[in-house]
Amino acid sequence: MILDGKCPSGPLAEKWSKHCQEMKLVNPANKRKYRVIVVGTGLAGASAAATLGELGYNVEAFCYQDSARRAHSIAAQGGINAAKNYPNDGDSIFRLFHDTIKGGDFRSREANVYRLAMVSNHIIDQCAAQGVPFARDYAGYLDNRSFGGAQVSRTFYARGQTGQQLLLGAYSALSRQVAAGSVRLHPRTEMLDLVVVNNEAKGITVRDMVTGKISCYAADAVCLCTGGYTNVFYLSTNAMGSNVTATYRAYKKGAYFANPCYTQIHPTCIPVTGDHQSKLTLMSESLRNDGRVWVPKIRGDRRPSHDIPEEERDYYLERKYPSFGNLAPRDISSRAAKEVCDEGHGVGTGGRGVYLDFGDAIRRLGEDKIRERYGNLFDMYEKITDENAYQQPMRIYPAPHYSMGGLWVDYNLQSSIPGLFVLGEANFSDHGANRLGASALMQGLADGYFIIPYTIGSYLAQTKPGAVSTGNPEFIASVEGCEASIRRLLSINGRKTVNEFHRELGHIMWEHVGMARSSDSLAEALRRIPELRTEFWENVKIPGGEADLNQELEKAGRVADFLEFGELLAKDALLRNESCGGHFRVEHQMPDGEARRDDEKFCHVGAWEFKGSGREPELHKEQLVFENVHLAVRSYK
Amino acid sequence: MDLTLYVWRQKGPDDQGRLEEYQVKAITPDMSFLEMLDVVNEGLIRAGKEPIAFDHDCREGICGTCSQVINGMPHGPREKTAVCQLHMRSFRDGDTIYIEPWRARAFPVIKDLIVDRSALDRIMQSGGYVSVHTGGVPDANAVLISKADADTAMDAAECIGCGACVAACPNGSAMLFTAAKVAHLAALPQGRTEAARRVCLMTEAMLKQGFGSCSNHYECQAVCPKGISATFIAKLNREFIKAQMPGQ
Amino acid sequence: MNMLESSVGRKLVMSVTGLSMIAFVLVHLLGNTTLFYGPDGINAYAEALHRFGALVWAFRLLLLTVLLLHVFYGIQLTLENRAAKPRAYAIKSSRATTLAGRSMVWSGLLIGGFIFFHLLHFTLQLINPELAAGRHFDSLGRPDVFMMVVLSFRKMPVSLLYLGALAALGLHLMHSLQGAVQTLGLNNERTLPKVMKAGVLAAILIFLGYAAFPITVFTGLLR
Repeated sequence: MILDGKCPSGPLAEKWSKHCQEMKLVNPANKRKYRVIVVGTGLAGASAAATLGELGYNVEAFCYQDSARRAHSIAAQGGINAAKNYPNDGDSIFRLFHDTIKGGDFRSREANVYRLAMVSNHIIDQCAAQGVPFARDYAGYLDNRSFGGAQVSRTFYARGQTGQQLLLGAYSALSRQVAAGSVRLHPRTEMLDLVVVNNEAKGITVRDMVTGKISCYAADAVCLCTGGYTNVFYLSTNAMGSNVTATYRAYKKGAYFANPCYTQIHPTCIPVTGDHQSKLTLMSESLRNDGRVWVPKIRGDRRPSHDIPEEERDYYLERKYPSFGNLAPRDISSRAAKEVCDEGHGVGTGGRGVYLDFGDAIRRLGEDKIRERYGNLFDMYEKITDENAYQQPMRIYPAPHYSMGGLWVDYNLQSSIPGLFVLGEANFSDHGANRLGASALMQGLADGYFIIPYTIGSYLAQTKPGAVSTGNPEFIASVEGCEASIRRLLSINGRKTVNEFHRELGHIMWEHVGMARSSDSLAEALRRIPELRTEFWENVKIPGGEADLNQELEKAGRVADFLEFGELLAKDALLRNESCGGHFRVEHQMPDGEARRDDEKFCHVGAWEFKGSGREPELHKEQLVFENVHLAVRSYK
Repeated sequence: MDLTLYVWRQKGPDDQGRLEEYQVKAITPDMSFLEMLDVVNEGLIRAGKEPIAFDHDCREGICGTCSQVINGMPHGPREKTAVCQLHMRSFRDGDTIYIEPWRARAFPVIKDLIVDRSALDRIMQSGGYVSVHTGGVPDANAVLISKADADTAMDAAECIGCGACVAACPNGSAMLFTAAKVAHLAALPQGRTEAARRVCLMTEAMLKQGFGSCSNHYECQAVCPKGISATFIAKLNREFIKAQMPGQ
Repeated sequence: MNMLESSVGRKLVMSVTGLSMIAFVLVHLLGNTTLFYGPDGINAYAEALHRFGALVWAFRLLLLTVLLLHVFYGIQLTLENRAAKPRAYAIKSSRATTLAGRSMVWSGLLIGGFIFFHLLHFTLQLINPELAAGRHFDSLGRPDVFMMVVLSFRKMPVSLLYLGALAALGLHLMHSLQGAVQTLGLNNERTLPKVMKAGVLAAILIFLGYAAFPITVFTGLLR
C-alpha cells in the first residue's frame, strides 16, 4: 500500500495556515465532553496535556515515573533551535527548514519540517513567557549560540540544562491544569495496551506500578508521547525506564511503525567500564572543537597515554578526513571510533574507547581558557571516571542516543489508526534519517504546544464524545490479555534474570545492527534475536508477584517488547539497502567512507504493519516528494 | 571490594520494615552506587529472593528520581552528587554501608527504598507556575531581563525535585524546594505578577502536605545535589513579608 | 490562609519577638554594667528606672507578651516539626546542623525556667529575702541593689546557676541571631555566611558580658 501523508497542497510556506483554516473546530461548550488520553509527560506529552486541558478538554495524563517532571527530556543538555534570527546572521525559517531536511539526509517530509521551522519561533516566546530562564546577554536580550556545526547561531539555551528547564516549564503549565481540574495525572502508571474499537483508538490499558492493578481508560482520542527506543541497545544515553512498549503495543494493534532502522549514535560518550555498566553518559559534542581524537598505533598498547610518543599516535579522524578532522559529523566519527577499536587499537578497560586529547589546546590556549569553555564537562567526566582530563586525555566512545524512527503519522500527527496521535520522539516525522543537535526539544514542544491542539480538534469535531466506555468487550479483552501476559511471565520461573536477556539483546543489536550494518550482520541478528526471544520465554526468572510493586516484572514486559522490536528494526535495516543518516550499510559507501544514498529506490518512508505473531509484517511505503529542496550529497571532505 | 550492606526492607506501607544485612563481594571502584545495587539484586534474584526496590531513572543526575540515604546522608558522602553519580571509589574495601529511604511524614514509604514524593507535585500545583496560556504571548525579546536576574532565576530553577532537602531536614521541611520555585519565578518579570499569591499558596500547600517549617539549619543546601542555596529561603521569606503588606 | 496559620508567618513572629527580646537583653546588659560603678551606679540606675512608675509595668507586660508569644509558637512549631519527621535514621550524619541549632527548644526551655527564677530572685526578691533590696537601703536611702547582687553572687550555687543559664542563652543566641536575619528575609549569597559567623560572635560576646557579673563578684574582683 502507498501511504498518504495528507500534506496540504499549495506553496510550502502557506500549507500550515491554509490547513489550519480548513480544519474543523470543536464548540467551546462541547470540549469538556471530550476525553483525551496523553501517555508520557516529556516535552511532547506535558505540553500537549497542558494545552489540551487549557482548551477545555478532559485530559488523562499517564507516566511511568513517580512525577511528570522526571521524563527523560529533562536530560537534554545543549539547547533548542529556532529561526528567530536575533543575531542577524542570516537565519530564516527556510534556512532552518533546509538545514533540518538536509541534516536528515532527505528522508523526511518537506511540509512537516517547514511547519516545525515555522512554529519554532513561537516555542521560544511561549517558554520565555512561562519563566524558562534562558541565557541572556548584558542588555537583557536572549543569547544564542551555534550548535552542532550549524552556520548560524540559532540555538537558545539555559546553561547545560536546556531540556530540564523546558520540561519544567511544560510541567508547570501541566501543574496549573491539574490544579484547575482539567488534567488528571496518573504517575507510576505504565501503558500496556492500546484499545481499538471499530478501528478507532478509544482507550488504553495500564498497570498501576504500585498496586499491580490492571485497568483501562476510555477516551475519544489517544496521544502517545512516549519517547524513543534506543534502549533496545541495552546501553544508551536514555533513562533506565525508557522503553518501546507503548508504541510497540500500538503497532501490534495496527499502528504502522516507520523507519525503525534510523537510530542515532552519539560519538562523545563516556566509555563502558565493565559488564556491570547500566547506562552511558553523554558529553557535549562541543568538546570536539578543541580536543584531538587519537589511538595508539600499536595494537593492544597498554602504556599510559603520556608514555606514548607523538609518532606512535594515530590521529585517525585528521588522517581520514583532512578538512573536517575532529569535527567530522556524528555518524562518521562514531563509525571511525568503532573501526579502530575493532582493529584492536582501543584504549581503557575492555579496549572500547578512544582518546580525546586536550593537551595541544591547553598548551595553546592555557588551562584556564579550557576550564572556562568546558569546566562543567571536565567536572562531570571526573565524577564518573575519577580522571583529570586536564592532565590526561579523556576516553570517549559512541553510544546510542536518539531514535528518528517511530510510529508513522500523517501531517496531522495521526497514526494509521484514527484517533491515535503520536508526538515527539515517539513518531517518525521530522528528522528523517538523522537528527540535528538542538532539534529534538524543538520538535517535542512544537508537536505538543502548537500542532496537536489544532489537529486533534479537527478529529474530535468529527466524532461523537464518549462513544465507548470501558464496559466495551474490546476493553475487557485487553485487560484480560495484559493480565494473562503478566501471569505467563511470572510463571516461567527460569534461571536467567531479565537484565541478562536485555544485555544479550543489546550486544546483538550493537554488534550487528549498530553503527555499521551489513546484510550479513543483519542476517545474523535476525537469526539470533528470535532464538534469544524463545529462550526468554522459557528461561527468564522474575521474582515477586503481580499485585505488588515489582520492578523486575516491569522490566520483563519492556524487554519482551524489545526482543520483538529489535527484530523489526533489523528487518527494516536489511530492507533499506542504502546508507543514509544514522543508517549505515557498509555495502553502500563512497570510497571515503561517506554514506551513499539511493534516492531512486529508497526516497520513501518505510512503515511496517503488524500482521500477527509469528507472521511477517508488511511494509508500506510513503513516497517522499521534494519540491523545494535539491537532493544533494553530503560531503565533509 | 567486599562490603557489608544494611538495607531498609519494607514490603509495603503497612509493613514495619527492618534493616537487613547483605554481604557483597567483588565490587569494583568504577561501578556506580546503583550498579553495585544492581549486582546485589541480580544475586538476590538468582537466589530466589526479592530484589531491593529502589527508585532510579536517568542515572546521570538530572531527573531527580534516585533517593537513598547512605550512612545517614541523603545521596551519600559526595557533595553535589546524586546517588546515581556516586561511584564505589568513594568507599573502601570492608566498609559497612547503611542504606535507608528518604524519611519524612510527607514521604510515606511505598516499598523498600521507594517513597511517595507526590506531595512535592502538589506544592507545585498550588502555584509553582506562571498562569500563561499557550499562544498569544509577546515576542521573547519584548520583555528584557537583566543577566543578573536571569542567572539568579537559573540558579534556583536548577532544582531537580529529588527531595533530598526534605530527607536531610530535621523538620522534614520542603522549604528549599518551595523556595527555589518561588525565587526562580519571582526573579523574572513574567513571574512577578503572581508573586504574592504564589508564595502564600505554595507555603500553605507545604504545610498542608505535612512538611515541617524551616529552622535555619541549612542541612538542605549541604546535601542538595545541585547546590541550591539556602539564601533562596530568605528570598521566599522576603516574598512572604511583601505579600502581607497592605495592598497585596 | 491567615498569616498566623502559615508556618512561615509564625516563624516571622518568632523572629520579631526573638529580636525584641535580644534588644531587651542588650539594653539590660548595658544597664547592668552600672554594677561596675559600685552602689552609686546600679542603685541610681534602679531608682531612675522605677521613677517611670506605671510605665515600668506596661513595659513588663509587653515584654511578657512577647516572651509568651515566642514560647508558644516555639513549642508549637517544634511539635509540628517533630511530627513532620516521625522516624529517625538508623545512622544520622550531618553536614551543617550545629548543637546550638538542634537544641533550640531545650536551651529555650532552660532560659524560660531561668527567667522565672531570675524574676523571683532579683525582681520579686523572694529567693533570698534576707538580701532583698526592697528591705535594705543604701546611705542615700535607695534600695540597695548592689548589695543584693554582690552578696547573691558570692554564693557559689547562685553564680554557677547564673553561668549555666547564661550558657543556655549563649547557645540559643548562637543559632537564633542568624536565624532571625534569615527568617526576616534579609540574607543574600554574600551575607549568609557572614551573618552566620557574626551571630555566633555576638552570642559569645553577650554571654561574656553577662558572665562578667557573677565571675567578677565571685572571684572578688568586684566588691
